[in-house]
Amino acid sequence: MIWIAIRMLTGDAQKFYGLVFGIAFSTLLITQQLTIFVNLIERGASGTYNVSSADVWVMDPVSRTTDVNFPMPSTALDKVRGVTGVEWAVPHLRAGASVRTSEGDLEGVSVIGVDDATLIGLPKRMTVGSPDVLSQPDSVIIDDVGLTRMFEDGRSPIGERLELNDQRAVIRGVADAIPSFTSQVTLYTKYSQALRYVPGTRNRLSFVLVGAEHGVSPEELTRRIEEQTGLRARTRDEFAQDGVDFIIQNTGIPLNFGITVLLGFIVGVAIVGLTFSLFIRDNIKQFGALKAIGVTNGKIRKMVAAQAGLVGLIGYGLGVLGTVFFIWGFSGNPTFKGFYIPWQIPLISMAAVFVILALTGWLALRNVLKTEPASVFR
Amino acid sequence: MAETDIQAATTAKAAICSRGVTRDFKAGQQTITVLHGIDVDIRAGELTYVVGESGSGKTTLISIMCGILWPTEGEVKVFGTDIYDLSDTELVEFRLNNIGFIFQQYNLIPSIDAANNAAVPLIAQGMDRLEAREKAVAMLEKLNIGNQAGKLPSQLSGGQQQRVAIARALVHEPRLVVCDEPTAALDAASGRRVMDLLREVAVAEDRACIIVTHDNRVFDLADRILVLEDGRITHDGSEMPEGH
Repeated sequence: MIWIAIRMLTGDAQKFYGLVFGIAFSTLLITQQLTIFVNLIERGASGTYNVSSADVWVMDPVSRTTDVNFPMPSTALDKVRGVTGVEWAVPHLRAGASVRTSEGDLEGVSVIGVDDATLIGLPKRMTVGSPDVLSQPDSVIIDDVGLTRMFEDGRSPIGERLELNDQRAVIRGVADAIPSFTSQVTLYTKYSQALRYVPGTRNRLSFVLVGAEHGVSPEELTRRIEEQTGLRARTRDEFAQDGVDFIIQNTGIPLNFGITVLLGFIVGVAIVGLTFSLFIRDNIKQFGALKAIGVTNGKIRKMVAAQAGLVGLIGYGLGVLGTVFFIWGFSGNPTFKGFYIPWQIPLISMAAVFVILALTGWLALRNVLKTEPASVFR
Repeated sequence: MAETDIQAATTAKAAICSRGVTRDFKAGQQTITVLHGIDVDIRAGELTYVVGESGSGKTTLISIMCGILWPTEGEVKVFGTDIYDLSDTELVEFRLNNIGFIFQQYNLIPSIDAANNAAVPLIAQGMDRLEAREKAVAMLEKLNIGNQAGKLPSQLSGGQQQRVAIARALVHEPRLVVCDEPTAALDAASGRRVMDLLREVAVAEDRACIIVTHDNRVFDLADRILVLEDGRITHDGSEMPEGH
């Protein structure tokens, strides 16, 4: 009977494609929007992820994220270095600045000052050049967002001169970094150079990046640093989560994406529900005949479940495939750089598809089960 | 009628014994009685017509006789089984194994071919689909449309679709075949051919065929005609009464 059910469904091509489209569209909307949402809010942690070598971030107690920080006095670095379990501690500066290009365009940038000696604070990989270029005078390394935004014509940025807060800066490398939440252009330079580029008050140290000694856990080290220095210390993972939480708490993004996902679900229910009901209504005489002949309600339920299952399988597959193609298609765009589909999201979409089909299938099935076999004689 | 009477009737070649069958329908506040205590036996080996005006209760009567509509009162035995004593599942099983249906609109499944349509009862019984299809093709050949087995219902004429419906009703060799207006959509010649066919394949010593019809072009082919008026049997004979 399952074969008959499948043939009944696929034989009505319009409704079959309508159902598959409904599920595929719903899956695409839910999967794609959730994927973008998760990847976008993870950008809140990009500043932390870009500095993979630091086990612990130390900051002023009021600082919340890599971008929302309050500068500390330079003595904070010595305090942290004095804590037992700290293998190394380096200064890290993050501040905003304006840059004027050789064409005269003005661009807001984020300046990151990394340790002069070790260059800890730089992203792990470089697209063009090597970290050593920072040892040359007035050197800055630009990230690939900056490459796209400031050099749209495709010319090489290497050797380009910039006017950074009235100071001369020369681009000598391109870093392969995860873009920030705001996709702002980022310039990396040495800490001492950054102090020149970003004028400010006496206190300029944004963070102290810390490596833990072998055998000391980052959690234990943060506890010790906080106890002994009065500063705020977060492990790398905790600080990354702080960045994500900040975006969730301070933007309307979760609500907006949530609404879109909900709309995807509602559209799915509407299209699939309507089409399924039409399909059942058009075949109600056939279902009535089957019931009269001697097909039990249990078998009818299995038939409708098989129809829903087939539609779900194809529609879900197409929807997820659509999301994969979307992410793959835009992977060259810095806005979508590093985007991936977390394994939980297809499972969430699958659950949504299951609910859509269970709900609409149940509504459609009610009509079939209510149909009296005797109605076929009327 | 007493219990002994119905037992006696059941044993005397009666395919269906209905006793005191009444059926009411609710229409708003009103209760309409469509059948008034019908007592009738349908004998095996006969082609029995149920004839009457629209609304006389003939469709309700055959629906009750074949186990798809519960009577308000009375009892129905089909080949000795009190079908309304069975549980829902048992009744569905009973219909599947003992009754073949031919509907006025055929109710064939449009997206499967004639052979698979005819095989539906066998597939519902759990037979392998290919085996069921083979048997269905054999039945279609018996009905002279074996060459149409691979065609969809939409590719067949009305008469051919009716033959597929007949094949579906007979493929699982039921003992009772119930037909609702089988000739209504056919011309006179096709109608007579269908009735001849039904007599040939559905009527046997241990089988019965009951047909609801309006079609006076085929009245002469019946072994027995029951005339229903206002929910009561007013005539029971081998020919139509004068004046009808």
